[in-house]
Amino acid sequence: MKLASKVLEGDVLAAARLMRVIEDEAPSALDELKDLYAHTGRAYVVGVAGAPGSGKSTLLDCLITAFRKKDMKVGVIAVDPTSHFTGGAILGDRIRMQSYGVDKDVFIRSLATRGWRGGLSKATVNTVHVLDAMGKDIIFVEAVGSGQGEIDIARVADTALIILTPGAGDEIQMMKAGIMEAADIFVINKADRDGAYDLKSSLEILLMMKSHLPGEWEPKIVMTEAISGKGTEELAEEILRHKDFLISSGELEKRRRAKARLELMMAIEGSLMNRIDENIDKDYLEKMVDDVMHRRVSPLSAASEIIKPFIK
Amino acid sequence: MEVIYTGVRQTAEEIVNAAIQEDVDVIGVSMHSGTHLAIAPKIMKLLKENSAENKQVVFGGIINKNDVPTLKKAGVREVFGSGTNTSRITQFIKEIIT
Repeated sequence: MKLASKVLEGDVLAAARLMRVIEDEAPSALDELKDLYAHTGRAYVVGVAGAPGSGKSTLLDCLITAFRKKDMKVGVIAVDPTSHFTGGAILGDRIRMQSYGVDKDVFIRSLATRGWRGGLSKATVNTVHVLDAMGKDIIFVEAVGSGQGEIDIARVADTALIILTPGAGDEIQMMKAGIMEAADIFVINKADRDGAYDLKSSLEILLMMKSHLPGEWEPKIVMTEAISGKGTEELAEEILRHKDFLISSGELEKRRRAKARLELMMAIEGSLMNRIDENIDKDYLEKMVDDVMHRRVSPLSAASEIIKPFIK
Repeated sequence: MEVIYTGVRQTAEEIVNAAIQEDVDVIGVSMHSGTHLAIAPKIMKLLKENSAENKQVVFGGIINKNDVPTLKKAGVREVFGSGTNTSRITQFIKEIIT
């Protein structure tokens, strides 16, 4: 309640603190988000996925420039992996986005995955809401590259970008299920390198094999050299072209509905797990773990047993 | 610990801005240029101006031992010279954030 109203007033410290509260899953986060939610839904969300080293952050720096030129306020969420061994993380994406170090209309936040499976952080969706409520016009979500990451990004974003680079064996990557369907725009970065145009041809062939219904969006391939900024203005225009398409075709409405459904289901799942976690007897749980391990009961049966008292 | 690494040659404004956006507990300034006496008070001033004084500052790197008292007087919590054992730094950080 108290952070939410400050965020709406434009208090950057409060917004940063709220993002932390959300990340730490403090109980107050729930109330704050309840108050904030009605003020969200305005920002346009762009997901950026790609293998480590593909140049996502460098490309983002160029995209921030392009959108700032259009006088748009920009939010960036950069996700980096948490170490499974130590539980810590080095969040280094800001290094590539130094041009905006003091621009008040650019807010960059680094998030560690903290054990979340796939490429997206648990807190990402809610951090997007805070940036949205802060008045950002466009929010970029940069995810750790992994097959699952690309698909997760698409569920959160209005426009999903996938960054590929020549010579990375990407042809095989691309054919893996989900990636072809998940991307709205394909970006071939480091396009000055050998094999860039071969990659483009391979990608074009794969895209041709995908059947398109009339009126459906046909993903475009943009060649970029993020290190020099080449092709990045075109990429920005392509993002806006996709946005216009989504709005005029009614597709944006459909996607936002799917997003709302996803968020609701995630929240239900989270709430249920919390309820069970808070109320379950730890010894009872350990006994169940023991039974499962020794094959006295199957995991599904054990789960049914555990859930029973929570479901009337 | 989650460490946000912002890269080299950051100005005091960039450092404080990043610290605010990321809502950090501690700011670690790594010096190799000899400008620590100039930058430390700038950082402390900016933190105060932005109501972010609860963020604590430590310095490290190539810093003349004679400058340490001045830095501490400016508000820097500790100065770790090059070669300091990492565990000493992490232990100190754990202590100052509680």
